[in-house]
Amino acid sequence: MPTVSMTVNGKPVSGEAEGRTLLVQFLRETLGLTGTHVGCDTSQCGACVVHVDGEAVKSCTMFAAEADGAEVKTIEGMANADGSLSVIQQAFQDHHGLQCGFCTPGMVMSAAALLKDNPKPSEAEIRDYLEGNICRCTGYHNIVKAILAASGQEVTPIAAE
Amino acid sequence: MYDFELVKPSTVEEAVKALSGDEAQPLGGGQTLIPTMKQRLAMPGTLVSTTGIASMKGVSASGGVLTIGGATTHGTVAKEAASSYPGLAAMAANIGDPAVRNRGTIGGSLANNDPAACYPAGLLGSGGTVVTNSREIDADDYFQGLFTTALEEGELITAVRFNIPEASNYQKFEQPASRFALVGVFVAKHSDGVRVAVTGASEEGVFRWTEAEEALSSNFSPDAISGLSVDASGMMGDIHGTPEYRAHLVNVMTGRAVKAAG
Repeated sequence: MPTVSMTVNGKPVSGEAEGRTLLVQFLRETLGLTGTHVGCDTSQCGACVVHVDGEAVKSCTMFAAEADGAEVKTIEGMANADGSLSVIQQAFQDHHGLQCGFCTPGMVMSAAALLKDNPKPSEAEIRDYLEGNICRCTGYHNIVKAILAASGQEVTPIAAE
Repeated sequence: MYDFELVKPSTVEEAVKALSGDEAQPLGGGQTLIPTMKQRLAMPGTLVSTTGIASMKGVSASGGVLTIGGATTHGTVAKEAASSYPGLAAMAANIGDPAVRNRGTIGGSLANNDPAACYPAGLLGSGGTVVTNSREIDADDYFQGLFTTALEEGELITAVRFNIPEASNYQKFEQPASRFALVGVFVAKHSDGVRVAVTGASEEGVFRWTEAEEALSSNFSPDAISGLSVDASGMMGDIHGTPEYRAHLVNVMTGRAVKAAG
């Protein structure tokens, strides 16, 4: 079986992967990084979003071997160096941006990708960017609030309040 | 999914050689192919990844033509074509979702020719050329029906050229679960006439609505097509919309695109 090597959350890693091994399988099963979730496995829900070379991708719809040599960042790499929550994670906690938490890893990774490109997004831009991240607790309002807060903007009363 | 061998060439020549093998198939971003393989609807023996081929990536404009490398992602097109061809960039910026746009490629989309995909309407509406490793195919000859194109076995889309119009717009009536077009219409106003390409509607895949093109070429306004109607026979019908509904939407979305193009 071919060996795949990449940098995950700043650490060089390698492991065996078949051609068909998905990046999410490699992260969860080979590396034991189970923070990245498999929700739908059909690239709809976004629970598996990670960053590959700085870009958000659905790790259930990319082969592990395609990330050979890449820099990968997962939810396990989001906390600050001292173990405290990052600004985005803390905002999700402060604004109750999760209920069951299953979608949260993908939500946080998508939020981080959005804020990298667009540091002060509007509410509409946040909702648009989260099109590919599904929350089945219907917690979008608090997720949007959390991302607004993480971007340093005022959390204005938003729809459905 | 069934296992396969993944090959990662760095040049077009290496890719074409790898594609000459039995049951070999190109892999763009995989945003359609991987889900298809998970369902065991496709079982290639070898996948030839195009994402490592530097010469197949990038966006450039010159002399009224926009050239996009075959392995360029929708996200890159959305950013890098925004100044040279804003109508096409806006279309690319609304394909799937952000994570899908970071992987999905123009070559993959056009080779697949999904009857509800956006790029077939963008290319047929613009007019242009599909460039492969062996030849150039005019956009009007390229699309040949449902998931069918002029591509031969083992042929690889290396670049796509779009004729940049004076004004253009794409309007997509989205199927909310799949984010594909229930009906999508790309309108392009060129100096020598208007082109209107429709995706998502016909059982034959993307098509040009020539009646609207003629009307809009003499009067580029939504009024010009208000009296026209599209025949519902040959339109797709499913739980999301009847053939009559889709036929109606073709007119509505064309009008919106003309209005937005200005």
